[in-house]
Amino acid sequence: MPNTKIGGHYSQAYDEELQQAVERLLQMAALAQKQLRDAMTAFSTADLALAKQVKQSDRKVNSFEVDIDEHCLDILARRQPAATDLRLVLAILKSVNDVERIGDMAKRIAKALLRALPDSRPSAMQLDTLNQMGQEVIQMFERAIAAFEQMDAKAALAVLRDEKAIDSTYDTILQSSLASMMQDTQQIAISLQVSQVAKSLERVGDHCRNICEQAIFISKGSHVAHLSDAELQQIVDKSRD
Amino acid sequence: MRSAGSRHVLPAQTDFNFNVTDKQMSNSAPVKISAKDVKVFYGDNQALHGISMDVYQNEVISFIGPSGCGKSTFLRCMNRMNDTIEHCRVTGSILLDGRDIHEPALDVVQLRAQVGMVFQKPNPFPKSIYENIAYGPKLHGLAERKADLDDIVESSLRRAGLWNEVKDRLDQPGTGLSGGQQQRLCIARSIAVSPEVILMDEPCSALDPIATSIIEELIDELKQNFTIVIVTHNMQQAARVSDRTAFFHLGNLIEIGNTNDLFTNPQQKRTEDYITGRYG
Repeated sequence: MPNTKIGGHYSQAYDEELQQAVERLLQMAALAQKQLRDAMTAFSTADLALAKQVKQSDRKVNSFEVDIDEHCLDILARRQPAATDLRLVLAILKSVNDVERIGDMAKRIAKALLRALPDSRPSAMQLDTLNQMGQEVIQMFERAIAAFEQMDAKAALAVLRDEKAIDSTYDTILQSSLASMMQDTQQIAISLQVSQVAKSLERVGDHCRNICEQAIFISKGSHVAHLSDAELQQIVDKSRD
Repeated sequence: MRSAGSRHVLPAQTDFNFNVTDKQMSNSAPVKISAKDVKVFYGDNQALHGISMDVYQNEVISFIGPSGCGKSTFLRCMNRMNDTIEHCRVTGSILLDGRDIHEPALDVVQLRAQVGMVFQKPNPFPKSIYENIAYGPKLHGLAERKADLDDIVESSLRRAGLWNEVKDRLDQPGTGLSGGQQQRLCIARSIAVSPEVILMDEPCSALDPIATSIIEELIDELKQNFTIVIVTHNMQQAARVSDRTAFFHLGNLIEIGNTNDLFTNPQQKRTEDYITGRYG
């Protein structure tokens, strides 16, 4: 459904161009999300074929990035957007980079499986923890993209707050992997693999954070990177005419 | 776009007690022109509904808004050009350096020398390039000797970035220059009487992009010595040349603020709709 906040220009073609930029970002995000889901499925079930597919499909995500960049460049050159339109185009240009990096993280998870020795599989408990973290991250990605699409600063702020839980899960996994390596040197390869997957998921959380910051930027017109929770809340609560 | 003060949002109907003064700017630059509750009537038709704003010394401020919003009317108030229009009535006060420009003792000719104007269409006199510039200084008695006049003509043309192009043909008609050169000649003519403020009413609307760039570059240089108020329909031009921008709509001042802020994050929906090309 077209976003009503994008439309309303005297030029319908301009409405369509902006709408198209958002739609392409959403398509790209849907693909990156599938990649991430497949990567986690492949890793937890040791499905090498699926892992290879994830690795190969990363090119599709990359080509979206180029396509959206060019589309936004055209809008900037031809329309010289201002105000919300300008912020939207800039936010898309930045977020497209984050989505592309999320695709890279999915590929990295797939490669962690492809590179691992056949007998070095994480324990069921380790896989459960990673799967749990994976699900949380995928859900966070969905919410971040929805907040971006709706230009919903409140929803974006909620995601930003929840992202801290991902960081703490990562710390827990890292601690447990270190402990495991110290206890048993045979576990080093597996623990490194687990840490790498957890790190990739944690990075996805960071990219979701960036996307949410862009959603707030579009909606409120303020840069929100590196701000405290209280400052963020203040900006999000700020009403506009 | 350059830095200036913070933004101020005005209500739809300007509250006359509302303090439009830009605090951050006022700390660093003196107020050159201070308008309070300016209303303009053309017969029974009210064109401006109580405009209050300060213009700071050595700033470039742009007025934008749809046709008929009152931006040119307000610009013309600043050197009493509306006095020349029959049935036009102006109320409220406009202070130039703290002095009311409507006070009876004030010499309007002197005011217009202090607050010069450049119009949409270049309008050189049907005289030589030299005479176009020398006319004002002679009228105002700014030069005693021919050598002084020569100096004024040369320095005005230099400041308007036209000297090198015309120095060898000063005796030729000003009307023989290209459109962009004619507009710079008019700017030079305005500078020649040592104004403090230059009002520009769509100065580039009849010029091609190159001539426009030259004028815009010139505006940037002129702000070192003059205060510049520019009315433009070209929003990119307002964004490029001005420190602050004021948006007018239906005779009201809707929003005034840092040009950067106004074009990236306007606070009023009407401003947003106008600058993004949406139906208001």
